Amino acid sequence: MGFFDRLKKGLTRTRETLTAKIGTAVLGYADISDDLLDEIEEILIMADVGVSTTEKLMQEVRKGIKKKEIHTPADLKPFLENKITEILLEGGAGVRMAAVGPTVILIVGVNGAGKTTTIGKLSAFYNYYGKKVMLAAADTFRAAAIDQLEIWGKRTGAEVIKHEEGSDPAAVVFDAVKAAKARGIDILIVDTAGRLQTKTNLMSELEKINRVVGREIPGAPHETLLVLDATTGQNAVSQAKLFTQSAPVTGVVLTKLDGTAKGGVVIGIKSELSIPIKWIGVGEGIEDLRPFSAEEYSKALFDK
Amino acid sequence: MIFEGLSERLQETFKKLRGHGKLTEDDVNEAMRDVRMALLEADVNFKVVKDFVKKVKERAIGQEVLETLTPAQVVIKIVNEELTALMGGTQSKLNISSVPPTIIMMVGLQGAGKTTTAGKLALSLRKQGKHPLLVADDIYRPAAVKQLEVLGKQLDIPVFSMEAGTDAVTIAKESVPYANSHAADVIIIDTAGRLHINEELMQELTSIKSEVKPHEILLVVDAMTGQDAVNVAESFNGSLGLDGIVMTKMDGDARGGAALSVKAVTGCPIKFVGMGEKLEALEPFYPDRMASRILGMGDVLSLIEKA
Ligand SMILES: Nc1nc2c(ncn2[C@@H]2O[C@H](COP(=O)(O)OP(=O)(O)OP(=O)(O)O)[C@@H](O)[C@H]2O)c(=O)[nH]1
Ligand SMILES: Nc1nc2c(ncn2[C@@H]2O[C@H](COP(=O)(O)OP(=O)(O)OP(=O)(O)O)[C@@H](O)[C@H]2O)c(=O)[nH]1
Ligand SMILES: [Mg+2]
Ligand SMILES: [Mg+2]
Repeated sequence: MGFFDRLKKGLTRTRETLTAKIGTAVLGYADISDDLLDEIEEILIMADVGVSTTEKLMQEVRKGIKKKEIHTPADLKPFLENKITEILLEGGAGVRMAAVGPTVILIVGVNGAGKTTTIGKLSAFYNYYGKKVMLAAADTFRAAAIDQLEIWGKRTGAEVIKHEEGSDPAAVVFDAVKAAKARGIDILIVDTAGRLQTKTNLMSELEKINRVVGREIPGAPHETLLVLDATTGQNAVSQAKLFTQSAPVTGVVLTKLDGTAKGGVVIGIKSELSIPIKWIGVGEGIEDLRPFSAEEYSKALFDK
Repeated sequence: MIFEGLSERLQETFKKLRGHGKLTEDDVNEAMRDVRMALLEADVNFKVVKDFVKKVKERAIGQEVLETLTPAQVVIKIVNEELTALMGGTQSKLNISSVPPTIIMMVGLQGAGKTTTAGKLALSLRKQGKHPLLVADDIYRPAAVKQLEVLGKQLDIPVFSMEAGTDAVTIAKESVPYANSHAADVIIIDTAGRLHINEELMQELTSIKSEVKPHEILLVVDAMTGQDAVNVAESFNGSLGLDGIVMTKMDGDARGGAALSVKAVTGCPIKFVGMGEKLEALEPFYPDRMASRILGMGDVLSLIEKA
């Protein structure tokens, strides 16, 4: 199966809950009515598009009706498709790489979002493209977090820099940056412990890690990726806001998109935050990571 | 903040309305718009919100506005009461078998907090004089067994595991005679995270269930879950028949509307909440606290209660 077909398959459930439902809804009405609009609103919210983004989209629809861009219920689906695609396409999302020396990628997020697994997948991805990858085990808190990262390191041929459980994560990162420079590493990926964005002490630990990296390699971390679980609801916005305050987030990795019926969260995140989605996780396996392409995503979503 | 407290919103709404004497249908309709938005923003499932709003509306129309309460407060009082009722009574009790060992099985999506909660439960049960055994039945996730072993060591609670390659049903089955011969009276089985739509893995759980016949199957749900929470809870409940729910990561700022959703669709009591990563951070579930959290208004409620 090609990349696009796999993406499309992964989004089947999203398509069923979002786009197919809109298609069915419009068939049930001869004219545009409040009931129809309520039904559309309901479909968007059920897909976790988010309350404010849904409101925004519904305002656009009402404007479209006034401006006679929408005449019949059948016009609604293409209209929404265009608006959603616009949201998804806004702003570019290239990956920032260091001009010389190691590119440092810092991985942050709340507990259990999928950080360590994503690192394993990223390591495999860069390894496949011939890059020398190193992993830093800066989650020194969670039970067996270091062992988990080491298994991923083994699977993907990446060296893991670690200290003991319970040690200072910033010190691990310091050592890892030194080692990466000394050993001509292309990509250094830093795993951090999961933390809820409201825990100020843990968030300042993240600031410290960020500072250490920046001091050792000017311009680093080149990427700070926030890992978000796609099953998350409205809290995603709070996560993005507060993590960005401690470690300027350059992109989002949206995990567990294989399971939820709600890939719609992508639309909400893109619309409410100015942070681009860079990767999506579609399974627990080593290959289950895809670069996020807004074009492909909206095509797969609307079954084009 | 994107979230504006429900009470402020309602005050604002009622400023525009007259709201003297009895609450009219128009007053209530207007107010229900605010209530609906607040619940949706708290991640309560859309369908659950719909039913809920209908119920509150019926109760609120014609309601006398007392002198001590503003119209907004009257509505909040009703909303809060209905919400608390819907969430059920305090339920921190586990089903303990009269013939040991009691078998508890932890299930849920990936990363929800099953393994951590297994450790927390073991600690809490030991404090009650029990002798728990943790069973490492996640054969998929890298270092899952090690994770449970580390927790067991921290707590000084035994962990049962078998060599790599053993299937999950066998591990669960073998843990029972092991518990019996090691004087353990509670078995806590930590299973791998899985998606509710993964039929093969859901089948694994039903096989474990029919093999060991657990007294308590607990669904572990992340408090940050969005609209999909109902589908998850419905699937797990449909395949396994749940006995209780644990809401984790309640130490953050998620409003936790998922709690209401899973309760509404499964009818299962929420038995515990996870309040942190530490193994002591497990608390009983209080429906009234959860209600004010979902509504985002602890202080307002205590004022109203006094009135
Ligand atoms: N289905 C699915 N599961 C995933 C995906 N990504 C990660 N997981 C699973 O989610 C669970 C948590 O993943 P981890 O990588 O340990 O998450 P983490 O953010 O590092 O967790 P902490 O370090 O404890 O905060 C594991 O069971 C992973 O296998 C994904 O894209 N799809
Ligand atoms: N803040 C907070 N973190 C929690 C809580 N419960 C669990 N966690 C964290 O959430 C992450 C995932 O917990 P696990 O217990 O590994 O979750 P799991 O469901 O066993 O994950 P899988 O086995 O991969 O499916 C870890 O970082 C835990 O420390 C809680 O109540 N509060
Ligand atoms: Mg991790
Ligand atoms: Mg686990």
